[in-house]
Order: sequence, then structure tokens, then C-alpha cells
Amino acid sequence: MTSNELTRRDMLTVAAAGTGALVGGSFSTEAASAAGPAKTGQGMMDISLRVNGAEHRLSLDPRTTLLDTLREHLHLTGTKKGCDHGQCGACTVHVDGRRVNSCLTLAAVVQGADITTIEGLGDPDHLHPMQQAFLEHDGYQCGYCTSGQIMSATAMLKEPWGGSDADIKEAMSGNICRCGAYKNILAAIRQVRTA
Amino acid sequence: MEPFTFSRAADPAQAITAGAAASTAQQGAEVRFVAGGTTLIDLMKLDVETPARLVDINHLPLAKVERTSGGGLKIGALVRNSDLANNADVQRDYAVLSQALLSGASGQLRNMATTGGNLLQRTRCVYFRDIDMPCNKREPGSGCSAIEGFNRTLAVLGTSKHCIASNPSDMNVALTALEAAIVIRGVHGERKVPIGEFFLLPGNTPNRETVMQPGDLITHVRLPPPHQGARSHYLKLRDRASYEFALASAAVVLASDGGAIRHARVALGGVGTRPWRSPEAEAALIGKPATRATFAAAAEAAMRDARPQSQNGFKIELAKRCIANALATAAA
Repeated sequence: MTSNELTRRDMLTVAAAGTGALVGGSFSTEAASAAGPAKTGQGMMDISLRVNGAEHRLSLDPRTTLLDTLREHLHLTGTKKGCDHGQCGACTVHVDGRRVNSCLTLAAVVQGADITTIEGLGDPDHLHPMQQAFLEHDGYQCGYCTSGQIMSATAMLKEPWGGSDADIKEAMSGNICRCGAYKNILAAIRQVRTA
Repeated sequence: MEPFTFSRAADPAQAITAGAAASTAQQGAEVRFVAGGTTLIDLMKLDVETPARLVDINHLPLAKVERTSGGGLKIGALVRNSDLANNADVQRDYAVLSQALLSGASGQLRNMATTGGNLLQRTRCVYFRDIDMPCNKREPGSGCSAIEGFNRTLAVLGTSKHCIASNPSDMNVALTALEAAIVIRGVHGERKVPIGEFFLLPGNTPNRETVMQPGDLITHVRLPPPHQGARSHYLKLRDRASYEFALASAAVVLASDGGAIRHARVALGGVGTRPWRSPEAEAALIGKPATRATFAAAAEAAMRDARPQSQNGFKIELAKRCIANALATAAA
């Protein structure tokens, strides 16, 4: 899964660079980021973040969300940007063990907290049981929502939900999968819950 | 998103002082407190909210749910929606509140959203959220695009010719049925506002939504002791089964004695310009037998003054059935 992600991102970078050249040559991937600060002139802010156990000191525009910090500044691109408005769940990460939408969280607000992303959950040689279950049950198609689904699902295990499939569906309703892999996502989560 | 300066408030007094520098605490406020951020950051990304200063209040000591000496509940403004919904006291004595909270948003958003923030949740009217469109709530005097436009999801109660935006909250509907009081600390000290007086009707100033003044900080929500023998229920009807705003919802509290209803509270969501208490429905219930016919009469009474727009007339019948079914569930 990880190598596939890398390949996909590499391809996107190439594609974005190609488009830029077509448009006029000055189109950088940084400027293409919808979230990057579009307006300048405001002071930067020193921000300390603890992500996957590692401390990071950054100088950021106060407007920078946790999502953009992870992707654009810490290059942890496993966390995805879907809607950027808290409606799709692709950006789900853990803050102090609880799942949140990183797109609606300012980096400045979560200083001092323990932030966990998909990269901190497991790695290709030591997959988290939920990652393994998603693989076994084919809980994705395009894979874009997958890291958010897995982060949401692992946090949900610690929340007071009932044991039924209906409970899983309700608990996971904040994670949209436009490929419609819900059936297999449900099977993956059910497997880990009952293991 | 417009630029802003960011600071973290060390105590409530610091937050209040910072907030008091603004000219308004309503639409257009230059200073905003940020807690969960689920409404505010969203609206800042849309340039609907453009505060010059953001004050982080997440570290204020307002995150506890406490039993009061009188048997009520004192809920800190920073208690997250998920924690409040799963609180044992709330689940036992104020089930309608737990149900309302769990019917709102998603697991992620409920972990972020706070009690104080939810009281200040903004409308989902598409014109309010689009700065290219006229909207009296966002830009007073610019006109209401919704009255002749997309209004399927908007209000049928409490509207004016200037605004028909619906209040989207579930929590506030339950708090209205529970007769909560909002504890606010401001530059002139502390005051307690009954929830029925906290939200304003749009009238000709839809940009003013609450009684909040510059510097005002919601510190707590207080619930009176649970009504003896009462049962409560929250029913939410929407376009999909989960993660969707209400088209109509009802929070009801009901107690009966020997077949006759002796206590009734009815509040509606999704249909009002503010969380909508219905004294008309309550009057139609008191002293009557807890039957389907009584519930239907109460629902009729609740919606008697409803005014449909071009697309949302269906909400009137939907809300009636919602009220009747919520009451039947609470009485069962």
C-alpha cells in the first residue's frame, strides 16, 4: 500500500508540473495548493508540534491548518485533503488519541498535544491490525479516503459504541468513500473489533 | 482566509479583555474565540468570518460536567459534544440531550465541537455561506437570496421578510426542551440567560443571532434538575440516515399521572430561525391523555403559525409527524 501511495504521488507531481508548464511555466506545486496562504503580509508564528512521537519546530502562518502542516511542511502525505471543510473525513488524524478532522484544526491550537497520523500507526513491515484488515478485506478502491477511514476506525475502537454493524456504520459516517467500498470497510472493522 | 493574529488565553479574564476590543460579537466580529473550530474555521475558509484576531480558549478550565447541589447539571463550555453525549449523568437524566448530540455531525466533529461553540453554531443556508451572493445575515441590507431561491432546508417558523435561515443545531433543541440557562461572563461580570432568551429572531437584523456582546464568554450551561418521572426523546428527520442536518427534529420531555399528561416540553429543530420552543404544543398536551390523538393535536398546534417558502412547504407536515412520533416514543 505504501509503495502504491508513493507511486501515485510521484505521478501527481509529474502531472501537476506538466500542467504548470502548459499554463505558463510559473505554476509551482506550492502555489497550486489550495490551502497555501494565498494572502501575505502577516507575521509568521513559531509553532511546536509533536507528531508520531517526534517534536517539530516550525515557523507558520497562523492560518495554517494541521492538515496543511502535515502535508506541506512535514511531508506526511498519508493524511489526505478531500473537501477541506470537515465533510468527508479524508483528513482524519488522532489528537491525544481522539479522532478529529485536521482540515478544521489550526496547527497553533494543537501545540502540546500528541498527534498521530497514518504514518505513526504502522509501517509496511509492522502494519496495525486495522491496516492489515483493510488489506485482507480489500477495504478500498482508489485508496484516497483509506488513511482517514483507518484513523477513524482505530479511534472508534476506543469509543463507547455498541457491537452491531449498525453501530459501525453510524460511527463511521464521517468518512465518505466515493468508490463505495463501504461493504469491505465494514468487514475489515468488524474483524478487528471481534478479534 | 484573511490574515489574523493568534493568541492563547491563559484565563477567562484574558479572553474577555481581548474580546471586548471588538465592535460586535455578532456577524463581522473582529475578535473571535476559537474552541473546536468546527464552525469558525470552516466559515473563515469561506471568508464569511474574517476576524483580525483569534483567541484560543481551549486551555481554560471549563471542560467539566458537574452535578449541582440542587440536583441539576453544570456543563463547562469546553465539554466536547462526544464527552457530553456519553456522560453517565446526561444519559440517565437528560437522555434527549445525549440523543440529540449523537445525532449531530460525525464522530470526528463531535470530538472537536464544544458546548459553548455549538450554542453559537451558524446557519447552513447556502447564501450565507457564499460571499458572492446577497445575504442580510452576512451583509445587512444586501437582500435575501433564499426567499426566492434555494430554501428547501430553511425555516418555516420565526422567519421575516429579511431572513429565513434555519438554526442547524441539534444540541440547542434539546437544551431548549430542558430549559437550560447559559452562563456568560463579560466585562460587567457574570449573568445567566435562559436559553429561550439567548437566541434572537431575525426580524430586520438577522445579523444579530444571540444576546452575546463584545467580550462575552460562555462559561457554562446549567440544566435544572430532571423533572420527576419524566421521559424524553429526540427524533431527527433528514435526507440521509447519518451525518446530515435536520429537515425537522423534535426534542420532547413528557410526564404523565394516571393517564393524564402533567408535564410537557416540546422544542423543534430544522424548522425555526432559532431553536424553537412550542408553548402551543405544550398547552395542547397538559391535562390530556397520552394518546396518538393528543399528540397529533399538539403537532397541529405547534405548526399553526408556520409559513412555507417556495420549496419547504413539506417541512410543515414533516415536523407534525416528527413531533407526534417523538411524543409517542417518549410516552411508550
